[in-house]
Amino acid sequence: MSAVSAGHEHAGRIDGTLNAAALRADTRRQALGFLALLSPGLFLVFAVIIVPVGWLFWLSLFDETGTLSAANYARFFEQASYIKTFMTTFKVAFVVTTACVLLGYPLAYLLSQLPRRAASICLVFVILPFWTSVLVRTYAWLVILQRKGLVNSWLIDHGLISQPLQLANNFTGVVIGMIHIMLPFLVLPLYASMKSIDIDCLRAGMNLGASPAATFRQVFLPLSLPGLASGVVIVFVLCLGFFVTPALMGGGKVIMWAMRMEQAASLYSNWGAGAALGVVLLAVTLSLLGLFRWLLGARAAGVWSSR
Amino acid sequence: MLLSLAPSALPIGIHHIEKRFGALSILSDLNLDVAAGEFLTLLGPSGSGKTTLLMILAGFVRANAGSIKVGGEEIITMAPHKRNIGMVFQNYALFPHMNVFHNVAFPLKQRRVSAADTKQRVDHALELVRLQGLGERRVDQLSGGQRQRVALARAIVFEPRIVLMDEPLSALDKGLREHMQIELRNLHRRLGMTTVYVTHDQREAITMSDRIAVMNAGRIEQIDQPETIYAKPKTKFVAGFIGESNFIPVECRNGAIWHENQRLRLSGPAPSAGRHLMVVRPEKLRLLANAEQAGDLNVLRATVGDIIYQGDSFICYAALKDGRQITLREYCRSDVLANLPAPGEPIALGIDASDIVLVADQ
Repeated sequence: MSAVSAGHEHAGRIDGTLNAAALRADTRRQALGFLALLSPGLFLVFAVIIVPVGWLFWLSLFDETGTLSAANYARFFEQASYIKTFMTTFKVAFVVTTACVLLGYPLAYLLSQLPRRAASICLVFVILPFWTSVLVRTYAWLVILQRKGLVNSWLIDHGLISQPLQLANNFTGVVIGMIHIMLPFLVLPLYASMKSIDIDCLRAGMNLGASPAATFRQVFLPLSLPGLASGVVIVFVLCLGFFVTPALMGGGKVIMWAMRMEQAASLYSNWGAGAALGVVLLAVTLSLLGLFRWLLGARAAGVWSSR
Repeated sequence: MLLSLAPSALPIGIHHIEKRFGALSILSDLNLDVAAGEFLTLLGPSGSGKTTLLMILAGFVRANAGSIKVGGEEIITMAPHKRNIGMVFQNYALFPHMNVFHNVAFPLKQRRVSAADTKQRVDHALELVRLQGLGERRVDQLSGGQRQRVALARAIVFEPRIVLMDEPLSALDKGLREHMQIELRNLHRRLGMTTVYVTHDQREAITMSDRIAVMNAGRIEQIDQPETIYAKPKTKFVAGFIGESNFIPVECRNGAIWHENQRLRLSGPAPSAGRHLMVVRPEKLRLLANAEQAGDLNVLRATVGDIIYQGDSFICYAALKDGRQITLREYCRSDVLANLPAPGEPIALGIDASDIVLVADQ
């Protein structure tokens, strides 16, 4: 290239400008190249995330008559049913997440300790439900849990109870159904983080005088926390916006956030109200994620960065 | 007294250890006695069973049979956390969620040592490995050499009866590794703990050990002081694994040894009749200007193949009459360099009778 000069012609020049312009141009060309490669992805993100969310926010600013107002947001403070829905949503998310941790941690631990072959077979059983539609799985739970369902018939036949338990069409039913659907989202990241724990760290714990229980408590548990944290965040956030299972298993008694949105849009044709619900859910979720990061940040920094 | 000087060092008696994985035998009838306060190295290629033996000593792997006695007490079925054996792992196995201080304090915490005492002992251990003042550092803020020292401090802070080390220096670069070898050896001399060290690096083993046990295929081939291992290898494997060796087939008959109808002088008594291998180290061979200079030396005639200059020394590859390759190493003294032969030239190689070692030709 003519812009590039051979070094020996400039042997006398030591002012640090040899080929500087050509090198700068090359850097710029490379940056533009990267941008060109990124552009399809950026366009997709813009088209399917930025634009709809912006539009949602825009819609939420107009009331039913189409005039600009804060009515859609004022409703959150004025109507008790909104606050109740808000509380229910968080209650369900909290109970489901807690139950998933209590069920999922031992399961992930077992999987992480199994020999490789056995572990991959068992993992298939964790992942298998993913391949079935949420709708089908929820109806299956209805069949199992309803008044004359499998569970109640079995308990009555064996004389353990005289009256059927109320397991479906209420809070209990919603929670049971959602735990089943959410469990893999907790188990998979947790399993991955447990598998990455160096077995020599556990050996070192025992070698230095910690009993197996103490080694678990002081070494394994803290090292598995980052995986548990990501599982908890995923499950909690998914719970906040969940629709199908509460709608089917709640029997109309458990109204969650997403169901309100659906009502606003399809029952009352009030897109502004639905949009405002969406915006608030998004804001709450983002601030929760921020809070979570901040809470874990200081503690987990060492664990994460040393990976 | 903190980290007292060796009154508690105990001997280890390892007897009739058997370890199989399925049909595969890893260790068979392995016997090894380590003296109190000794630095013993298990040296061998990968798959020789040295790490398995260390894992059995620490209690992480269960043997199929055998006995391990520490100071006379049987520990073969004792749980790892009750053995009171310090271990330095190959990848250090530091706890990433704890800082340096808490890593080193971990064994003291398990032993319910008071906070004040813990602080004093951790500080002392960090001082011993020259990491004083780094207690608050996170593990990921340390260099490889510093991590190595933390692992060492953690393994000795609770004054274990025995310290095990599993290739602790293999992850360090060459300069640091050689420096740490000297430091580990000095620390062992100061503290005097019975130490079993595993490595596949023969130079490291020779530098550090009181005795070396050379392992091959689940057995100990030879256990001796480094000088003896190098100068008088007992088997072909030991001669080949430690240092470079020329193997020259010889035959013993009528109380003398012969190579290609040439009688060779030995300094020791003649071995049993039959075929043997003569082991000669490359640096023990001498380049003779002519065979008449030989005097008392045994002389082998060869043809120069190639000469490779290495700065401080050069290596000469030559072929014996039967075509067998032989390697010679000489330091680059001016008198040697002045008479350097050219490739293709015939040369005479002198061997002192006392430098000849015979091993069985397996």
